Amino acid sequence: MAQKDMRSPIESGCPDGFQYMHPVMLKNFGQWKYHEHPRPGVLRHIAHSGDEVWTVKAGTQRILDVFTLRKLCEIGDKFADGYVRFTIRSNIEYMIEDESKVERLIDALEGAGFVVGGTANSVAMISHTQGWLHCDIPGTDASGVVKAMMDELIDEFKNCNMPNRVHITTSCCQINCGGQGDIAINVQHTKPPKINHDLVANVCERPSVVARCPVAAIRPAQVNGKPTLEVDEKKCICCGACYPPCPPMQINDPEHSKLAIWVGGNHSNARSKPSFQKLVAAGVPNNPPRWPEATAIVKKILRAYKADAKDWERINDWIDRIGWPRFFELTGLPFTKYHIDHWRGSRKSLNSSSYIRL
Amino acid sequence: MAKSIHDTPMLDELENGPWPSFISGIKRLRDQHSDERINGIANDLLGQLEHSYETRKGYWKGGTVSVYGYGGGIIPRFSEVGAQFPESREFHTLRVQPPAGNFYSTDMLRKLGDSWEKWGSGLVTFHGQTGNIMFIGASTENTQHFFDEINDYGWDLGGAGPCVRTAMSCVGSARCEQSCANEHKIHRTLVNNFTDDVHRPALPYKFKFKVSGCPNDCVNSIERADFAVIGTWRDEIKVDQEEVEAFVNKKGRQYTIDNVITRCPTNCMSLKDDDTLEIDDRNCVKCMHCLNVMPKALSPGDDKGVTVLMGGKRTLKIGDLMGTVIVPFMKLETEQDYERITELAEETIDFWAENGLEHERCGEMIERIGLVNFLEGIGVDVDPNMVSHPRESSYVRMDGWDEEAEKWFSRKAEEKAAAG
Repeated sequence: MAQKDMRSPIESGCPDGFQYMHPVMLKNFGQWKYHEHPRPGVLRHIAHSGDEVWTVKAGTQRILDVFTLRKLCEIGDKFADGYVRFTIRSNIEYMIEDESKVERLIDALEGAGFVVGGTANSVAMISHTQGWLHCDIPGTDASGVVKAMMDELIDEFKNCNMPNRVHITTSCCQINCGGQGDIAINVQHTKPPKINHDLVANVCERPSVVARCPVAAIRPAQVNGKPTLEVDEKKCICCGACYPPCPPMQINDPEHSKLAIWVGGNHSNARSKPSFQKLVAAGVPNNPPRWPEATAIVKKILRAYKADAKDWERINDWIDRIGWPRFFELTGLPFTKYHIDHWRGSRKSLNSSSYIRL
Repeated sequence: MAKSIHDTPMLDELENGPWPSFISGIKRLRDQHSDERINGIANDLLGQLEHSYETRKGYWKGGTVSVYGYGGGIIPRFSEVGAQFPESREFHTLRVQPPAGNFYSTDMLRKLGDSWEKWGSGLVTFHGQTGNIMFIGASTENTQHFFDEINDYGWDLGGAGPCVRTAMSCVGSARCEQSCANEHKIHRTLVNNFTDDVHRPALPYKFKFKVSGCPNDCVNSIERADFAVIGTWRDEIKVDQEEVEAFVNKKGRQYTIDNVITRCPTNCMSLKDDDTLEIDDRNCVKCMHCLNVMPKALSPGDDKGVTVLMGGKRTLKIGDLMGTVIVPFMKLETEQDYERITELAEETIDFWAENGLEHERCGEMIERIGLVNFLEGIGVDVDPNMVSHPRESSYVRMDGWDEEAEKWFSRKAEEKAAAG
């Protein structure tokens, strides 16, 4: 198409959300007084004006086909005045004024195969990334891992039996797009990249690839007379940072790209400052289509947490109270040399006291 | 119907179990959609995905695709096995900015669905981890058509690549009693000030704004945003003593002490013998725990504002970083207040654009040059709220001490005069 025929974009940026907000939320904006949690998946917010809004939250498959999207809309039209929102964990929320519609809304959602829950002290929907379905660098699938895991955790989503909420995340590479979670299931490569030396010079901007390496293990080289890159395999930490800017440095390996499990990431400031997740298990097979080994470890951690934590303790609060030795004891997971950090700032993670629970 | 349907024995396993199945959804597009183009895309997408499951490898590669006038916003995906799966050979994602707070009318969702069905695969996610609506799967040509269509009725692309990214905000004041700010206005004021930097990637790396209405930080801004804005307050927590008593009567004294009083990180609460609650607000760090447990009895104060933290990011390259407090408290009420926070964001992005290395997040730059150099670069004064504790190392040259001390005293005097 000739350039003169091209349409110039309207740079409108982020749209105004107020136009899509339920009228009762608009009317009481900034004037909410308190909320209650009448049952799992349902919130009741009461405004200073006396108005109230009932929220029903449902989990979906996240990758929505248009049929599913229309089904969600149809339910919204029938029971929720045509207004919805999505949470950052990809749940859909319907907000209604009329309590009498709540049960029918729940029935309609469950009847259509959606799962009502995910509020308060439940296991929330697993937040996930793109994986094999769409990413260019994934070590695993995301939608599949999440589907398989939520099948097993569905009762914990539908009920609120945990000491506090549990946010689980997955990431298909060590960039960790899934972010921090109470439990995180992330790809962990265990072997250095395999380099296709014939392609490097044509595909990769070599100085930027060298600069990406966190441990300076990559250097320019000549192989078979061609300029390429080589990796000092003794230094390489197998993080995969070189792979996105240089796809001929293939990091993904069907056998050696494993999953690692991390716990105690907590975004909230409640009770203690936000915390990053800590390694608890690695070497977990990346085993499609249902990743049973990863799910088994997650369930083990959840079981220990549910049995031992006090009300309102998130996983990090619980472990802070009971200590790491007890965590490994209760979960039956091995403690290895890989749990001891040696990255910058890691001295702060060592115990420099006589505080030991003997 | 597609000509021949790929066998997908491994993916079929993901149709079992009670959680809604994305595989069943893609199969519906393959088998039930009236448009043969969509049937074909869904079939080949499933074929390629099954191939990934069998070989445990991904087969998408990036490239360069954009819409006319923009440099970013599209995630290009070309199949490396396109010969086997030709109909999903080009399968780009359009990142589209959601409304602040992620609110939609069903009418608008349907309209977006209709447009997407016309030009794309029929698969969409609300939302990706950066916060965008992800319209997954369009050919290079249709990417432009779909964008033109939805851009006409109010939707714009988000960021991809080294640019200002799509922002996020929580449900906030629209429904939450803990909210201390107008998240949606902050979100839009900030990100829409940088539309040029969203659409034309020219920064060292990504830059994310996230806005949470209170320190519960439901959008994970401290951990994930280069520029985190968190609602807070600086007067006293509002206590409804009758509701405190009702809570104690219902849950018990011991429960209240064990779950509210002793969980306070600064020990600033006391349950009196008459079951009234006393709070030493001077030492409250606004952690939110007591308000979360007793939302009916306790509410944020009235003198609301925001805290700004900068430099949060995920793992690559130097390891995970939390944001650092840059502005302990600022009011966000008047237009001048909003101008001030926008200017702060501009100063920050300008300084980082000038000084950040390629592929270096703002937080990594701060780590490399030190917080003080960064603060001087953006024109913000040091404040003890920025640190957990003062330095422990004596390895520093301090011959500017007297001048620095004088700056502190004169700043304090100015603040006093302004308050007085």
